[in-house]
Amino acid sequence: MASDKIIEVNRLSVSFDGKTVLSDASFSAYNGNITVILGGSGSGKTTVFKHILGLYPVEPGKIFLLGNDIATLDENEQNKLYLKMGVFYQNGGLLSSLTVGENVALPLEQHTDLPDEIIKEIASQKLSLVNLNDTYHMYPSQLSGGMFKRAALARAIVMDPQMLLCDEPGSGLDPVSLASLDNLIIELKKQLQMSVVMVTHEVSSILRIADRIIFLADSKVIFEGPVSDALSSDKKPLINFFNKS
Amino acid sequence: MKNDNNKKIASQNQLKYRLEGSTLYLYNSLNFAHSGDFVNDMLKRLKNYKSPELIINLAGLTEIDSAGVAAIFYLKRKISEKNIDVSITEASNRVSKKLELFGPDKATTSSKVKKAPFLESLAIRLQDFFTSYISEFILLSADVFYWTLHDLFNPRSRRKGEVLNQAVLIGVNATLIVVVMMFIIGLVIALQSSAQLRHFGANIFVVDLTVIAMMAQMGPLITAILVAGRSGSAIAAEIATMKVTAELDALKTMGLNPIRFAVIPKIYGCLSTMPFLTILANIAGIAGGMLAAYLFLDISPEVFINRMGHSIYSKDIMTGIVKSLVYGSIIVLTGSFFGLRVKEGAEGVGKSTTVAVVVAISLVIIADSIMGLIFYT
Ligand SMILES: Nc1ncnc2c1ncn2[C@@H]1O[C@H](COP(=O)(O)OP(=O)(O)OP(=O)(O)O)[C@@H](O)[C@H]1O
Ligand SMILES: [Mg+2]
Repeated sequence: MASDKIIEVNRLSVSFDGKTVLSDASFSAYNGNITVILGGSGSGKTTVFKHILGLYPVEPGKIFLLGNDIATLDENEQNKLYLKMGVFYQNGGLLSSLTVGENVALPLEQHTDLPDEIIKEIASQKLSLVNLNDTYHMYPSQLSGGMFKRAALARAIVMDPQMLLCDEPGSGLDPVSLASLDNLIIELKKQLQMSVVMVTHEVSSILRIADRIIFLADSKVIFEGPVSDALSSDKKPLINFFNKS
Repeated sequence: MKNDNNKKIASQNQLKYRLEGSTLYLYNSLNFAHSGDFVNDMLKRLKNYKSPELIINLAGLTEIDSAGVAAIFYLKRKISEKNIDVSITEASNRVSKKLELFGPDKATTSSKVKKAPFLESLAIRLQDFFTSYISEFILLSADVFYWTLHDLFNPRSRRKGEVLNQAVLIGVNATLIVVVMMFIIGLVIALQSSAQLRHFGANIFVVDLTVIAMMAQMGPLITAILVAGRSGSAIAAEIATMKVTAELDALKTMGLNPIRFAVIPKIYGCLSTMPFLTILANIAGIAGGMLAAYLFLDISPEVFINRMGHSIYSKDIMTGIVKSLVYGSIIVLTGSFFGLRVKEGAEGVGKSTTVAVVVAISLVIIADSIMGLIFYT
């Protein structure tokens, strides 16, 4: 079953105010893999990411999430799909008006009938999974950068999602914190049997965790395949990317 | 000796140029220092230039920087506009490299967007205004209206304490300022009219005047303006920040409706407190009037209260409450609307807050006149 497609992007083109950001991009991500979307700054990684999440209209092109064409879903079906996904945003996306614990508990509170006590327990347990034990009652603004990212990760995985989508979880972290965040994601993936799709441009991260790579450059997907193939590829942007860093 | 040398270099580097027939010769160095003068001078001299072609000969040019390159291409473009064929020749290796590096095919600004004529652009802007602002505002209002009714009978969908929290933030915390302001306004209105009323020996009518002015007009309106100033901006800032920091996206991908989560509790909080706030405002205004009547017209509080019975109409109380509900909705809707419209960045947050307050107050005043027409004609 390893070849199940969890995400299929089919001939997606995007332009903002007449400026082309993506043209005719197609790629897939597979079940049980860690798929990394990479490319230089401004190459459209976040744009692809948000399209996959259905935050922008997909036009022209098609995106299938767990087999569903996201353009045809109504709000209810879309929400059901969202419950199977944990999402980690480039700038966090934790609600600043809630405490860390309330943030992590929020999806449980809104989507389950569990009693408050159990919800709190699950949230605390997810926080300790990312090594944030005493932060339940702190506000996101009181956390350090790395703690903030781990808290966001805890919220992303609180519903035991089938897939985890992260936009640059490692940006702004020192190499040691970055490595431990990567290991955390690998560990969580194993424990919760998730598929992971991750946007990043940290080479060290990619070498550590990626199974497959999707490389964006010049508003196109110029490479899609296993990491080993990417490393031995003779495409110039890929060589530049891996050698430079 | 050394000084001499320096002078020599300086004079060597000095730009020289000369127009000979249809060829423009440049010598030495064309850089930031001289390019402006060079271009202006050449444009003046070429005003009456008649030949069908111009050759810019760079053989004598040893140095050029980005300003020089820009100047040459600018000149070329300007002259070409007069249907004169311009060519650049004999650039040294060094110079032509710079021409290539800083040349116009690198700068994207050269592809000029053609400006639409004034009327056309005005029409486009108006159309934009109607399609984007008004239709979006109506869509948001419909959405908010739907969820407001829907969630009224569905308390589980609300986060515990959130409505209370908003009621305190928007309504309760505004009590002091509303009461103080209305007291002062009531006092001043009664004071100013007392001078006039005394002329006619109609002192007692100050009661009717104050009470009707407060209940029918000033109470609801001033309350709304103060709440718009306090909370309209706060709502816009909060929602705009949520949008910029991807909190709204995050809500959506957690399967939660951002409007339902972020806007509806504010609607409940605002609508449940505005009527009470307005009633308090009325009372404070009348109390202010009572004080003025006592001080300047010798009308004792007992007499004032006695007379009040004749001038309080239940219609005024009802319209005041209806008005306060309409204003409350306007304030929350405008704040949310401009918060949601924000484009990326912290700068956008500031802008949308300011606009939200101005628009909210304007809409409140417009709604006030419309309702005045409806209720009192
Ligand atoms: N909402 C928007 N409106 C207009 N242009 C946008 C918008 N979002 C992104 N863009 C443009 O799309 C391009 C790609 O942006 P995107 O955020 O996808 O880049 P990225 O690959 O994620 O970069 P980074 O690594 O810096 O995060 C950029 O040129 C950006 O200016
Ligand atoms: Mg990005």
